[in-house]
Amino acid sequence: MRTAVITGIGVVAPGGLGTKAFWELLTDGRTATRPISLFDASAFRSRIAAECDFDGTRNGLTEREVSRLDRAAQFALVCADEAMADSGLEFDEVDPYRVGVAIGSAVGATTGLEDEYLVVSSQARDWVVDPAKAVPQLYEYLVPSSFAAEVAWRCGAEGPVTTISTGCTSGLDAIGHAVGMIEAGEADIMVAGATDAPISPITVACFDAIKATSPDNDDAEHASRPFDRTRKGFVLGEGAAVFVVEELESARRRGAHVYCAISGFATRANAYHMTGLKPDGREMAEAIDVALRRAGRQAERIGYVNAHGSGTKQNDRHETAAFKRSLGAHAYRVPVSSIKSMVGHSLGAIGSLEVAACALALEHQVVPPTANLHHADPECDLDYVPHIARDVELDTVLTVGSGFGGFQTAMVLTRDAA
Amino acid sequence: MTAPVVTGIGVVAPNGVGTEKFWSNVLSGQTGLGPVTGFEADGYPVRQVGEVPDEFGEEIPNRLGVQTDRWTQLAMTATVEALRDAGIDPAGPLPFDEYDIAVITASSSGGNEFGQREISQLWSEGPERVTVYQSIAWFYAATTGQLSIRHKMRGPCGVVVGEQAGGLDALAQSRRMLRTGTKAVVTGGTEAPLSPYALVCQGASGLFTDGDYLPFDTGASGYVPGEGGAILMLEDGTRDTSTVYGTMAGYAATFDPRPGSGRPIGLLRAAIGALKDADIDASEVDVVFADGCGIPSRDAEEAKVLTELFGPRGVPVTVPKTMTGRLAAGGAPLDVACALLAMRDGVIPPTVGVRNPLPDLDLVTEARPVPVRTALVLARGFGGFNSALVLRN
Amino acid sequence: MLTIEDLKQVLRQCGVDESVDLDADILDVEMAELGYDSLAVLEILARLQQRSGTVIPEDAVADLVTPRLLLDYVNYLIGVA
Repeated sequence: MRTAVITGIGVVAPGGLGTKAFWELLTDGRTATRPISLFDASAFRSRIAAECDFDGTRNGLTEREVSRLDRAAQFALVCADEAMADSGLEFDEVDPYRVGVAIGSAVGATTGLEDEYLVVSSQARDWVVDPAKAVPQLYEYLVPSSFAAEVAWRCGAEGPVTTISTGCTSGLDAIGHAVGMIEAGEADIMVAGATDAPISPITVACFDAIKATSPDNDDAEHASRPFDRTRKGFVLGEGAAVFVVEELESARRRGAHVYCAISGFATRANAYHMTGLKPDGREMAEAIDVALRRAGRQAERIGYVNAHGSGTKQNDRHETAAFKRSLGAHAYRVPVSSIKSMVGHSLGAIGSLEVAACALALEHQVVPPTANLHHADPECDLDYVPHIARDVELDTVLTVGSGFGGFQTAMVLTRDAA
Repeated sequence: MTAPVVTGIGVVAPNGVGTEKFWSNVLSGQTGLGPVTGFEADGYPVRQVGEVPDEFGEEIPNRLGVQTDRWTQLAMTATVEALRDAGIDPAGPLPFDEYDIAVITASSSGGNEFGQREISQLWSEGPERVTVYQSIAWFYAATTGQLSIRHKMRGPCGVVVGEQAGGLDALAQSRRMLRTGTKAVVTGGTEAPLSPYALVCQGASGLFTDGDYLPFDTGASGYVPGEGGAILMLEDGTRDTSTVYGTMAGYAATFDPRPGSGRPIGLLRAAIGALKDADIDASEVDVVFADGCGIPSRDAEEAKVLTELFGPRGVPVTVPKTMTGRLAAGGAPLDVACALLAMRDGVIPPTVGVRNPLPDLDLVTEARPVPVRTALVLARGFGGFNSALVLRN
Repeated sequence: MLTIEDLKQVLRQCGVDESVDLDADILDVEMAELGYDSLAVLEILARLQQRSGTVIPEDAVADLVTPRLLLDYVNYLIGVA
């Protein structure tokens, strides 16, 4: 059976660009949630976010790329560059037909679409917008397959290329898709990950309308409080993570550094409600069970659970129930943490950022903490690793995601125990 | 499972809501193209579009109507038909374990009209005017999510985006799930890209014609968009069912090289890959449902691929999307539906409007009664996506 | 002050379930029974706030489970304003 492994990582995250800065933020337990600066958010209910301090031209993009590409596409390219360099793989020397791409994104080029809408509609005055004011890249903004296309051009991939857009599980599902391609022999190398840059008025407004985001505007740094009894919702974030995922034997043959294997992946749907979650966590538990089975690992082997942990009342309760249901007594022993406490919730991208955190956790044998966790919630009574990163012997890590539309995804990453 | 089978088809198209109505219109060359009726489109880069008649949504409950974009509503209607066609009651219970059936659709422009309306509201009235449903109606996963909930399908659901090629990629992802334990997938896709903003976004690509959509015509000048698509029930073949339209015998996908590399485009390799995957020779193909972009350089590329694979005029080629416009996420699924119906009825549907076809192609311009056992469907997505699918009876 | 007719207009904008007759005696029927889930209730409240010029505190929302409770509360806010 072919096995997919991670050999390169690239990250654009709030609080630090690049994998190293990201990992330092996480292990320091620092938070990157701040008042929104990307636009004037004074008229909105939730006025905080986790923004990336990002300038494309300082990260390997040309002026032309920066003016043409939506912010989320820029993130993806910068990550792809870092991941490719990190992998040490000579992309010019491999068979391009055996290289594919899978990029996830929940909301695509929302930022670009909204900015340009104001232009063609004369500040939203005209419903019948003016084609003469359209910039050429508008079609790339409308259809997010352009993200996968840009990454494919970047790495010279000519195999199967696709964008996966399953809402907030896109970041896990794109990597799962890539793993499936490698396991089926449809590709040997997949450049896979996810990106989202949703910090724009329409997205902030739509989460305001359903009161899903935290209104703790006066305490941005502590507003993302997964599993805490006083949690009030998630803090919107942005960012991206892209990986070089390779078939294990060919990675070994070229002497690649392998972070970990992606041994199990499963996705299920709750078929219940577009935004609501039942308290029993049943379908997430099913995804976890299947992912573990595919990884050939028992629950007790899991040394760390990277939670979805968005910080909404319903999610954290739902997820805790799912862990108990699938992991049994082990749920009470295993460290569980949510990095959204530190980098916010970047919708489709966060799943990939969380996989990066898991791969780095396995690499360094350290579990990142859950920040801002001060008040125990009787419904969330597991070990959520409050505040301080922890040294843990790890060979099996579980990460999960949950998203609008009812998507529930689980992924198991493994390193062979010494 | 040797190869997955299609057991149900649902269609919503500009020239017919419902599979049989659509198909009979297609065979008689009845176009669904017409002027934009949704708004005053003077000065827009396109003069004809394929609009689905509004009656398509009569059976959609009000509660769902207010929280979905037209794109999702098109898919809901087609899904009900596909399920009934497969002998399944859309109101349940399903003849599958809840985790054994999934929904995997292709998306392209998503809930763009709903989104345009809400962005307008936000900027003209204020943030508090944005509806709660914006968070669930516009994003690319909305259709898969709503279908999964409506029909209680809890298997491995997904959303694939490859612009015009995505529909074939959704079928491929469905096949991967069927190979790893899932028993049935509601798949395919729809598109509703005719809002003013969506049209302007598409027009910015420079690929529209404000004349006629004439793929493979020496006078080709671009394409026109349409709305609609098809939903297909793809199963592992273990359920006892009376309807089996055909099997998904082979698939492959490639991506074109970066511009300026000097390397060849990937369409030929995708087609060859699909044939190889189906373990058949090109000579066994009875018809090609071509992508038919309608841009002269793209048409020439595709014609060259067809000539290389099949020889000059070596296989009947057809583009029934000349009657609907290009439907992005809905386009390839609708071509798959046409291919399966062509197999069922032994007739190749026509390409409409093309008077001066490229000489090396046997372009079918009138419905041609001929046995069809094997069909090749090609789809090319904006940016360089090439997907190919082989269907067999 | 808002009347039941004003509320019914808003309910219609948010989609009426085919099995529900809004002209029947609905004042004390729970919103869920009328076919309005948690999202729909948020939408209904947002529109009522816009109509009445009031702001409904977020922690009051959970108790407003029937049309009568909704109307009474919004009218209370109007009276107080």
